[in-house]
Amino acid sequence: MNTAPLFVIIPLGTAFLVSLVGKYYKRSSDVFSNVACCILLGLSFYTLSIIRNIPTHLLVYKIGGWAPPVGISMVIDSLSVFMLVTVNLIAFLVTVYSVDYMNKYTDKWKFYTLFMLMLTGMNGVIITGDLFNMFVFLEIASIASYALVAFGTESEELEASFKYAVMGSVASSFILLGIAVLYSYTSTLNMADMALSLTAKGPAKILPFVSVLFLMGFGLKAALVPFHAWLPDAHPSAPAPISAMLSGVLIKSLGVYALARILFNVFGVTDVILSILMFLGALSMLVGVFLAVGQWDFKRLLAYHSISQIGYVVLGIGLGSPLGICGGLFHLFNHSIFKSLLFLNSGAIVYSVGTRDLHAMGGLREKMPVTANTSLVASMSIAGIPPFNGFFSKLIIIFACVQSGHFGYAFWAVVGSVLTLASFMKVQRYAFFGALGKKRQDVKEVPLAMQISMAILAVICLVASTLVLPAFSDFVTSAAAVLSGGKEYANLVSGAFK
Amino acid sequence: MAAYFLCLVLFSIGLYCVLRKRNLIKIVVGLGIIEYAVNLFFALVGYRARGRAPILSADQVISNMVDPIPQALVLTAIVIGLAVTALIVAIAIKIYEKYGTFDITKINKLKG
Repeated sequence: MNTAPLFVIIPLGTAFLVSLVGKYYKRSSDVFSNVACCILLGLSFYTLSIIRNIPTHLLVYKIGGWAPPVGISMVIDSLSVFMLVTVNLIAFLVTVYSVDYMNKYTDKWKFYTLFMLMLTGMNGVIITGDLFNMFVFLEIASIASYALVAFGTESEELEASFKYAVMGSVASSFILLGIAVLYSYTSTLNMADMALSLTAKGPAKILPFVSVLFLMGFGLKAALVPFHAWLPDAHPSAPAPISAMLSGVLIKSLGVYALARILFNVFGVTDVILSILMFLGALSMLVGVFLAVGQWDFKRLLAYHSISQIGYVVLGIGLGSPLGICGGLFHLFNHSIFKSLLFLNSGAIVYSVGTRDLHAMGGLREKMPVTANTSLVASMSIAGIPPFNGFFSKLIIIFACVQSGHFGYAFWAVVGSVLTLASFMKVQRYAFFGALGKKRQDVKEVPLAMQISMAILAVICLVASTLVLPAFSDFVTSAAAVLSGGKEYANLVSGAFK
Repeated sequence: MAAYFLCLVLFSIGLYCVLRKRNLIKIVVGLGIIEYAVNLFFALVGYRARGRAPILSADQVISNMVDPIPQALVLTAIVIGLAVTALIVAIAIKIYEKYGTFDITKINKLKG
C-alpha cells in the first residue's frame, strides 16, 4: 500500500474533525489527536521498513493519477522518511504531554486543530515532490505556528507572534519570488524535472540569485544567525508543547530540510554555496551560544541554544562530505529529541512552580524527581557528554571538519560545545540542585502522562546513541546518501515515475 | 522590461515600509505590497504579448497563448496572503487592546 498521501490526509482530517466536534465533547479532541499521532508514528516506521525493501529506496505517489510534471507528485525517499520519523515521533510525545499541560488554557480543541494543521504542513513539506506544493505546505505550517505562538493571548505572546508573523511572511515572499524565477527559467515545478532541466540547460546565471533568495527565505525559517531575531521571542512565548514542536522539528523541516533538499538535489550544490552554509552554520553556532550563556529565563535560554544547535546541523551539512552530512543529519535527529525534552521540562516547571526565571527556582530535584532526572539526561546530551546521543553527533561533525581540512570550524565547534556545557551546568545548578525555597514546599510532580512523555524522550536520548553502531547506522547514512548523491535524485525520481 | 523594473520598485517600497514604519497597521500594509509585487512578477512571467487564453478545441490552431500555470499559482498565493493578513491584523488588534497603541517603539516588553 502506498502510504505517502496518508501523512497529509490523517492530520488534516483530524484537524477538521477536532474543529467540528471538539467544542461539544470535551475529551474527544484529546482522544482524536493522540490516536492520529499514534497512527502517524506507526505509519512512518512502516514506511521506513517498506523503503528499505524497495531496491531504489523510493516511494512515489501521483495525486489524482496525473503523471508529473503535469500533476503534483509526492516522493518519499530515505531522507524524507528519516524526517518523517523524527517529526511524527516528537509530535506523538508532545500530544501525550499536551493532554494535561493544556488544561490550563481554555479552548483546548482550538489548540489541537492548529497543532494538527502544523503537523499537516510539516509532513507535507517533507514528502512533496513539487516546489510550489512545498511552498503551500510551508505556509500552512507557518500560519498555524504564528497562531500557536499567540495562543496564550497575553501581551508578550502577541508581540512575539506579530514579530514572527511579519518576518515569516517576508521570508515566504522571498521563497515565492525564487520559485517564480525558477519557473520562468525551467517551465516546470516538479523538483526532479526541474533538476533535469537545469542540467540540460547548462550552468545558469540565475542559480546564484535564486540560491540567495532561498538562503534568505529558508534561512529565516531555520533561524540561521543573521535571520534569527524572531526565534528567541517566539519560541519561549508559545505554550511548552508548541515550543518543543517549534524548536524540535519546525525549524528543521521547514528550514534545514527544505533548504538542503533544494540546494543539494535540485540545484546541485557548488563550493560557494557550501562555504556560505558552513560560515552561516558556524556563525549561528557561536552567536547562539554566546547569547544563551547570559540568559536567566529558562525557555529563552533554550531558544538561544536552538539557534546554536541548528548551527551545528548546518555546519555539518555544509561540509558537503558524506561524513559531514551524516553528522549533520544525526545531530538534527538528536537535537529534536533533547531540545523537545528540555522544553517539556521547562513546561513541567511552569506547570508546577509557575515561573520561568532560573533565579526563582532551586532545589526542585527533591520535589520533582522525574523532571529533574530527565532534564539532567537532556542537558548532558545537548552538552555532548558520552554516552548520550549529542556526544556522538558532535564528534562526527568535528571529525568531518578535520577530515575536510577545516580546522578552524572544528575548533569553534569545540568552543561552542564547551560553552553549551557551561550554560547547562548553570541550569542544573539553579533549577534542580541547591536548597528548596520556603515558598516551594508544596510543589508537586507533574501528572503521569507528562512524566511518561518526558521519560520516553530521555530513554531515546540514550538509545539513539546506538545509531552510530554499524547495525543501526543505516537509518542516518541512507538519508545522508540522498543529499551527497546530489542530482542523482532527479534521475531516480523520474525513473520511478515511468 | 519596464514592467519587471516596476515590480522591483514595488517590492522595494513594500520592504521599506515593513522595515521603517513604526505603526503596526502600516507594517501589515507593507507586507501586502510585498505580496502584490511578487504576485505581479509571477503573473508577468506567464504573460505573452497578444497571447490568447489557452483553451483547446478541435478546430483551433494555437499559435501564441498565455501560460496558465502562473495564474493558477498566483491565485493560490493570493489566498495564502489573505489568510496571513487576516491573522496578522487580528493579532495587531489584540495588541492594541493590550498596549493601547499601534506604535512599535512603545510595544517593547520583549528584548529580542
